[in-house]
Amino acid sequence: MNDRPRAKAPVAQSGTARSSGAFDSGAGSRMKRSGEWKYDIGGMAPPLERGAIVDGFLLEKRLHQGGMASMWRVSRVDAEGKPAPVEGEPPLIMKVPRIKGGEDPATIVGYEVEQMIMPALTGHHVPRYIARGDFTRQPFIVMEHIAGDTLRPRLAEAPLALDEITEIGIKVANALHDLHRQHVVHLDVKPSNIMFRPDGAAVLVDYGLSRHEHLPDLLEEEFSLPMGTGPYMSPEQVQFIRNDPRSDLFALGVMLYHFTTGERPFGAPTSVRGLRKRLWIDPVPPRALRKDCPPWLQEVILKCLEVQPDKRYQTAAQLALDLQQPDQIVLTRRAERMARSSQWTRLKRWFFALGAEPAEAAAPSATEVLNRSNIIMAAVDVDNASPELLEQLRETVRRIVLTEPGARLACVSVMRIARIGTDALTDHTGKSLHVKQLVGLKHWARPISKSLNLEDGRLTFHVLEAPDPADALVDFARRNQVDHIVMGARGVSALRRYLGSVSSTVVAESLCTVTVVRASAPDAVPAEPVKQATPSDGIS
Amino acid sequence: MTKIAVVTDLHANREAVEAVFAHARAQGATEWAFLGDFVGYGADPAWVVDQVREMVEAGAVAVCGNHDEAAVIGSTPQMRPEARMVIDWTRAQLDPGQLDFLAALPFQVQRDDVLYVHANAFAPSQWEYVQGRADAVRSIHATSCHYTFCGHVHEPRLYHLGATGKAGDFSPTPEVAIPLPGYRQWLVIPGSAGQPRDGNPAACYAMFEPDAQRITYHRVPYDHESAAAKIRAAGLPERLAARLAEGV
Repeated sequence: MNDRPRAKAPVAQSGTARSSGAFDSGAGSRMKRSGEWKYDIGGMAPPLERGAIVDGFLLEKRLHQGGMASMWRVSRVDAEGKPAPVEGEPPLIMKVPRIKGGEDPATIVGYEVEQMIMPALTGHHVPRYIARGDFTRQPFIVMEHIAGDTLRPRLAEAPLALDEITEIGIKVANALHDLHRQHVVHLDVKPSNIMFRPDGAAVLVDYGLSRHEHLPDLLEEEFSLPMGTGPYMSPEQVQFIRNDPRSDLFALGVMLYHFTTGERPFGAPTSVRGLRKRLWIDPVPPRALRKDCPPWLQEVILKCLEVQPDKRYQTAAQLALDLQQPDQIVLTRRAERMARSSQWTRLKRWFFALGAEPAEAAAPSATEVLNRSNIIMAAVDVDNASPELLEQLRETVRRIVLTEPGARLACVSVMRIARIGTDALTDHTGKSLHVKQLVGLKHWARPISKSLNLEDGRLTFHVLEAPDPADALVDFARRNQVDHIVMGARGVSALRRYLGSVSSTVVAESLCTVTVVRASAPDAVPAEPVKQATPSDGIS
Repeated sequence: MTKIAVVTDLHANREAVEAVFAHARAQGATEWAFLGDFVGYGADPAWVVDQVREMVEAGAVAVCGNHDEAAVIGSTPQMRPEARMVIDWTRAQLDPGQLDFLAALPFQVQRDDVLYVHANAFAPSQWEYVQGRADAVRSIHATSCHYTFCGHVHEPRLYHLGATGKAGDFSPTPEVAIPLPGYRQWLVIPGSAGQPRDGNPAACYAMFEPDAQRITYHRVPYDHESAAAKIRAAGLPERLAARLAEGV
């Protein structure tokens, strides 16, 4: 397997990278000019051994010894060396970079980057950051120990079952979206950097090549070779672009391709020339390698592997949304392909890729890509809402989608089912009710899709079956990383008094923006005149 | 935890300086450093100098800027008429005590591992600008400090030099804490408090936390309309008033 765990070096598996002279062999003399501050690393610190105490952490067991870093299981101890656990702290692991000869730029800068970015990260999809060591004494990072194995051993089992591939895709996409929302592009997504929590959530590890939009990029100027892991590197990474979150979706596409077909889409190149080939040679379509690969999966994978980031999924959330509703995926010519592009097409692409440099100024920031690619959810009560409300809701949704050309629109309705005895719906009547709602939903959205030309999977429909509409909507929005819910209010009615307000529950419990739409009611009279607030009101 | 508010290029802009001081106090500033150009352009040179002098007496760092030097020396015939006019006006606003304070300012101050200087570390009294990586590296090489703070350039910027000899530069995002690990050398340009020029009229300053090794660039909105009105009322060039609204 070429995917052996490996810490950072420009161009994965490239033994030549570090001896290529790209790393400014004159650096040493320059460092010394500035006096005292140059680091004494590696040589000064004694080799770490089991039982050693480093900055209050006891080294218990070496879990892993890699080429560029070793991993120790550690625990906190006090000044006397007695256990001093901190309440609520997870099991800990210490990552110690292995620095050879004191001047190994790949390891030093990769470690610096990780030390800079990890403390800025939070949430379920990253290992919790605990502490770091002073570079001039003993460099290390202590973080939460995620138990279990990475995804890497699973590569040997590829091709995997389709369900499992889909599940991996959803979980990793959710983790990536969470990371991208924190302004970080991982840039080294691959099976050996993906782990899972007991609840199934994916955790992304190893931030030594990552880029934080709001922090200086220490790697930017460091190397004259592309940085990443050869098989997974996006075309724009090959061209030195380090701030596009869609690069991570390309890498995820490579993973999904590998898990689906058992093969790498672009092999494992070790030279820049080999890496550049992905700019014009498209991979063999998965369906040509695996008979039971459904067209929708090929559509998803090849969309991730598009050379132009603009043609890929624009956010990981949009990818996760598709994988959760494969029957909603709009199939394009990608899904039909059974062979690589013709020689002629490749020749044309090769010609245009010659010396091609990406338009750096045009490259959007992570925030921009995420902001312009929102998922908007229209919650439509097709059966019960008044025609005026449905019309007003449609107009509001149309305006929102109009102003966000990259946004996706998910139209959702909830079909109420009894809390118990849901089997009633699996029968013929239940199915037809479901279809009826779906038809109603599509009919509602038709003017929007026509006037806005929502193509290529930007519009999807979902009928949820649940006893509680508010819960179902909130849950759907959360699972699909929805950015904005637009829904109607029931208005002043006996029904609302009786059932409670769905919209107020959704407003209260959703994590995203919620717009509640009302139909204008010309005859409505407020129950009580609203009193105008005056300054004296605030004091009395 | 020490928190050093670093304020530079105040340029006699009382409204901006008041807003920056209030913001930095609310952020918990424990120390102050001023990188010069207290006067020039704005309508309140005496007030700004008094404030800084008071804070220096209480332990703050202050270094001399080219505008402060010009106010002390007075205008010279080689200057453009507009500059000459502003300098003469400024000088007339300052009493002997205030001028003495400006005249006594050092060109650079080193405290612990930090160098404070108005323009650059390679020739502090020559007023050359740090306009790119090459200048930044030249300045970093001229000091053994890990952290250099300089002004003169009005746009916020961050430069760094690693052990491999590679320099980088960065346009900081305001209000984001940026780690400045001490195994790199850093050159911090907080940006001008009194006359921002990056298209954002809000006043600039930076808060440095030496123990945590991090810096936060701040932008503080202030009443630039009043500041501009005073410049006009003083009969100073209209251009100096108008630019405050646009931050150019």
